[in-house]
Amino acid sequence: MENLILKVKNLNVELEGEEILKDLSFEVKEGEVLTILGPNGAGKTVLLKALLGILPYKGEIEWKAEIKIGYVPQRLPFIKDIPMSVKEFFALKNVSEKETEEVLKSIGLKEEIFEKKIGELSSGQFQRILVGWALSSNPQVLLFDEPMTGIDIGGQESIYNLLEKLKKEKNLTILLVTHDLSIVYKFATNCLCLNKKVLCYSTPKELTTERLSQLYGGKIKFYEHKHE
Amino acid sequence: MLTKRMALVGDALGHVALPGMGLALLFGFNVSIGAFLFLLLGIFLIWVFEIKTSLPMEALVGIVFVASLAIGFLIVPEPELLEALLGDISKVSFEMAIASIIFSLLIFFVIKHIYPKMILANISEDLAKSQGIKVKKENFIYLLSIAAMVALGVKIVGSLLVGALVIIPAATARNLSKNLKEYSLGSLVLGILSCLFGSLLFKITHLPAGPLIIVTSTLFFLISLIFKR
Repeated sequence: MENLILKVKNLNVELEGEEILKDLSFEVKEGEVLTILGPNGAGKTVLLKALLGILPYKGEIEWKAEIKIGYVPQRLPFIKDIPMSVKEFFALKNVSEKETEEVLKSIGLKEEIFEKKIGELSSGQFQRILVGWALSSNPQVLLFDEPMTGIDIGGQESIYNLLEKLKKEKNLTILLVTHDLSIVYKFATNCLCLNKKVLCYSTPKELTTERLSQLYGGKIKFYEHKHE
Repeated sequence: MLTKRMALVGDALGHVALPGMGLALLFGFNVSIGAFLFLLLGIFLIWVFEIKTSLPMEALVGIVFVASLAIGFLIVPEPELLEALLGDISKVSFEMAIASIIFSLLIFFVIKHIYPKMILANISEDLAKSQGIKVKKENFIYLLSIAAMVALGVKIVGSLLVGALVIIPAATARNLSKNLKEYSLGSLVLGILSCLFGSLLFKITHLPAGPLIIVTSTLFFLISLIFKR
């Protein structure tokens, strides 16, 4: 049990009579980056929500005692309808102004953004704010649901670099839902291929083309680019 | 209300109040109490319908609202109908005014307390739940507060127009504000100003106060379009 952050055993989730997740078992150790892969409708978001305790489930989900979790949801379509400054968004979480400042600095945003209206941020800035929001109040674990939807490649790079930096600095454990295989190869320590049940659970290196075809159906090839 | 895309709920609840007001006028008890009882019933019905069907909220509210309007027309005695629909500020007694102030303050503090949680739940229910907020409970308190607010409002502007008093000042404030503080404070100030100017116009013109208040607040809204941010 050393440094075990999360233990999931025989997890089953059923929504409106439909089986979404079946017999999931996996473990996450401190400092790991677990990426969760799978086609649309595979139950990735449902898994995160079950882990957060938002959805009812059967089976065991065991977090390390008194752990703090930060959550970055897939989309927040309504937030731009509300006139709200960045500062006020953080205040919703009871984060002090000083801490907000520190968090914003650590995610590479300047103080000027404090008074800015959320609706006026670029999607890259907004995504950074979401990461910062999840990071404030010092969680040990971050749960990310496709954090890069709708962000250009440059923006994605910088967010992942940011995550990598934060992970090193704070020894964060990260659970990440993504479609982006290059991230998996670059960033993950473990990956979980999911399509209602676990299809593979391995290190990224063992994630072969064959397994990916099995997961997504059809032929998928991933060419690992080497820049070094 | 606006942030929840529930603007019409306030409107509809005003109409739901009508049968209650009718009964109150018939049996000679306080209109606001009658309205409040029927509002509770209306909210309960919308809540039950929402569980039983997957129809959108607007449709459910629509059903409850036209049904109550119909029942209201059947119940409310004809001479009082106009008063119930449009309100009559001159019939508000001094005691009632004091009671309204006390209840309004109460509602104000309740809303203030649940405000951050409601905003978060508006942004994303999942995010709110992940913060340990009990969204259903907060929603219920929120609806109760609105019911109480509408019950107080129907006396002044009537059941047809009370919704406008809930929506228009907030819409105006939204046009003018760039953060939450300006938004909530702006709604408050604009609501008060509309009532003040509307009542003033009523003193001068002796036209019904309710419509005058609403026309005033609509005027503010139109002006806000010019200064929209």
